[in-house]
Amino acid sequence: MIRLGDLSDIPLGEGRAYAVGDQQIAVFHLRDGSVRALSAVCPHRGGPLADGQIDLRVVVCPLHLTAFDLSTGCSTGDVPPLTVYAVRVDDDQLILEDLP
Amino acid sequence: MPQRLVVVGNGMAGARTVEEILARGGDFTITMFGDEPYGNYNRIMLSNLLAGVEDEAGIFLNDLGWYADNGITLHSGQRIVRVDRFSRHVYTEDGTATPYDKLIIATGSRAHVPPIPGLHRPGRGYHQGVFAFRTLDDTRNMIRYARDHERAVVIGGGLLGLEAARGLQSHLSHVTLVHSAGHLMNAQLPAAAGQILQSSVEQLGIEVVTGARTTEILGKNAVTGVKLADGRTIPCDVVVVAAGIRANSEVAETSGLVVERGIVVDDQMRAQDEPDIYAVGECVQHRGETYGLVAPLWEQASVLADHITGRNPDAAYHGSRVATKLKVAGVDVAAMGITEPQRDDDEVLTFTEPRKGVFKSVVIRDGRLVGATLVGDVRKVAFLMQAFDRGLALPEERAELMFDLGGPPAEVSPAEMADDEQVCNCNGVTKGTIAACVQGGCKTVNGVMDKTKAGKGCGTCKGLVAQIVEWAAGGEVEEDPAASWYVPGVPMPKPELMRAIREHRLTSVSQVFAKLTPGGDEDAKSKMGLASLLKMMWGAEYDDERDARFINDRVHANIQRDGTFSVVPQMKGGVTTPAQLKRIAEVAERHQVPMVKLTGGQRIDLLGVPKDRLPQIWADLDMPSGWAYGKSFRTVKTCVGSEFCRFGVGDSTALGIAIEERYQGIEGPGKMKLAVTGCPRNCAEAYVKDLGVVAIDGGKWEIYVGGAAGAHVRKGDLLATVGSADEVLTLTGRFLQYYRENANWLERTYAFVPRIGIDRVRAVVVEDSDGIAADLDAAIAASVAAYVDPWQERKVPATPGQFRTSLPLTVLS
Repeated sequence: MIRLGDLSDIPLGEGRAYAVGDQQIAVFHLRDGSVRALSAVCPHRGGPLADGQIDLRVVVCPLHLTAFDLSTGCSTGDVPPLTVYAVRVDDDQLILEDLP
Repeated sequence: MPQRLVVVGNGMAGARTVEEILARGGDFTITMFGDEPYGNYNRIMLSNLLAGVEDEAGIFLNDLGWYADNGITLHSGQRIVRVDRFSRHVYTEDGTATPYDKLIIATGSRAHVPPIPGLHRPGRGYHQGVFAFRTLDDTRNMIRYARDHERAVVIGGGLLGLEAARGLQSHLSHVTLVHSAGHLMNAQLPAAAGQILQSSVEQLGIEVVTGARTTEILGKNAVTGVKLADGRTIPCDVVVVAAGIRANSEVAETSGLVVERGIVVDDQMRAQDEPDIYAVGECVQHRGETYGLVAPLWEQASVLADHITGRNPDAAYHGSRVATKLKVAGVDVAAMGITEPQRDDDEVLTFTEPRKGVFKSVVIRDGRLVGATLVGDVRKVAFLMQAFDRGLALPEERAELMFDLGGPPAEVSPAEMADDEQVCNCNGVTKGTIAACVQGGCKTVNGVMDKTKAGKGCGTCKGLVAQIVEWAAGGEVEEDPAASWYVPGVPMPKPELMRAIREHRLTSVSQVFAKLTPGGDEDAKSKMGLASLLKMMWGAEYDDERDARFINDRVHANIQRDGTFSVVPQMKGGVTTPAQLKRIAEVAERHQVPMVKLTGGQRIDLLGVPKDRLPQIWADLDMPSGWAYGKSFRTVKTCVGSEFCRFGVGDSTALGIAIEERYQGIEGPGKMKLAVTGCPRNCAEAYVKDLGVVAIDGGKWEIYVGGAAGAHVRKGDLLATVGSADEVLTLTGRFLQYYRENANWLERTYAFVPRIGIDRVRAVVVEDSDGIAADLDAAIAASVAAYVDPWQERKVPATPGQFRTSLPLTVLS
């Protein structure tokens, strides 16, 4: 269990990236208040996913607009999936469960 | 026990239908009758056989072994003379009866031989030296006879006659073509095209006489000439009759079937009132039409097979839109639909180049292709056939129907492209990949673009991708309703969307989603377009939700492939100073900027800047943003104009700076790149900008709009010529505002201006035809007044972690 920071560190509807161990993790603060955590680097060409735009379903990589499902990590195109991490909010704290 | 299927006729139609039935696993005991003593051969190739470019073995389609292999009983050389519809038997000449459960009549057609005196010899068939041109035997006999003779006359200047004339040239030295109509191939070609074809054929050494009715065949023991109605005599020793074909429908007629010009059939190819008798091919009359070409016959065979095997009992033949592409006597000819206009408002385009033997014409009705004729140059035929067949929308530039005008590859016909040809040069997607995606079940253009990424780069290939999808889907492309929407996530075109936004006073992107989408769903890919639109509409009242912005607009820099950013300070009109250059140099050194590059917009780009360094660099530069990252007003490129250049006729730098000062950073549906050039030599490339201003002699300025020199190259259209720099400033603002309010998201001016039409744009923007000029001026003035340099957003971040890196290296413990 790792404490990433405050939920208020991530503006509503945006993402921020965190390095945990040897992994880079993008955490998104959805407009319905929930959070999602996925690998931070786009498997297509290495784009920074925390800079991508999101809705309640997908994050869109800012470099070539590849979209990934926020719940499953699967891309809507031919790109390999992202790793999905278990993340939750506890008393306004962002908590990452154990790494997979 | 399988049903007994009897096929009368072993030509191309009969054999093809049987092949189609076998391919569908039809369970029949099949018996075929053919009056020629052979297997099945390709009649179309007889002209090649005559010309000596093909041998007999090469023209057979199914040899006798094929019939045995497929369990078909073939009675070749046996003619059926009667069908007993009631006892369900067919009878041969010698009276042998064969029973059937289902009967297919495919007796084809025969040469039409006009009643010309001297053609026949009483009781002995044709006169010595006279031939029809229809069967393998006809062809063999003609070749054998022609070898020992010198001069041939071919009667009939249609397709068959031309082919015969060309073929005969391989065997004897003089060939004359005699045609009763006024021009060659008069059934398929307009007169002008027939004349062009005639001169091409004459260049091949064939004499052509048109408007010439043959009245007599001369010669006592053998042919010595033909006599024409005008009294002329053409000496010859061979006569070939190629005056068209007639359906072989006598057997059907004597057996009591309904026959007009052919055996009358319904949409299942069933003879009228006969549940078990079908007919197919040239012997058939369907919906009043008879066909003498192979393509309709294939369609009929396929429908009949679907129906008779029960694979699809409701399969229906609706008639064929006949489009042909042929090599007639060595000349390329293509014809489809009507040849001449039939209604007052039919549009006709005609191009003739007699010296090269080229004729092209197209007939357009209500924006759709209804006819086309090409002689001598058939490069556009694949595209035209598709447009004709499927009723596709035609290019605005009608000349593109006849010529390849160059420009973007959207004018290539998908059918002509190789599978491995790259369509999307940004994402490396081939035609084959797109077609496979369609075959995999994805039948909308946007769906295919999403899956393959084709058209998702610079976007110039979108038109071609759409064409390939249409082609691969075989006309079953599904309408994508989203194609007309401003953004994919809100189901409305722009005008409707803007009305709804005003009506409900929606000032933020999340309000638009909540109010105007089904279920109130957000859509990530729609946010940027909506943010731009709302900012334009509401100005200072816009409720700016930062997550609606693309990353570039969140941090006021252009994201690069490695996640770093580029920094381009404003440099109005491309004019700088030594002090400015020194400062830029110092900043670049201090921050170890990996690359310093001059841009195409006459500015300096600092590349490879990490996100968290951006605020410090802006502070050190202390220059305004150059907006090299937004869907917004970018730069005004200028030349040195009259200030220094010895050719310049207007002060282009001063005007360029003034324009940039006024309209800097204004957001829009797409980038806006401008230029002002001091004379028509165009050193600042003003002719190819979204808006370009050109100084001309006499203190005047020309304003061009809709130009482009990116992936798409287009010279702008002249909007107006004005007498002062002030007028340039006013019209620039008014045009930009008109574009902002009316263009689709990401629609650049090079697409917008032609879509609206320059005349309409000029009417609104220059002549104020709609009375909205003052509104446009006021709206752009409000946007100008609300302008704030975004690089001032450096002291206090606008959001938590606004400039925090998104590819972190610092590890949390």
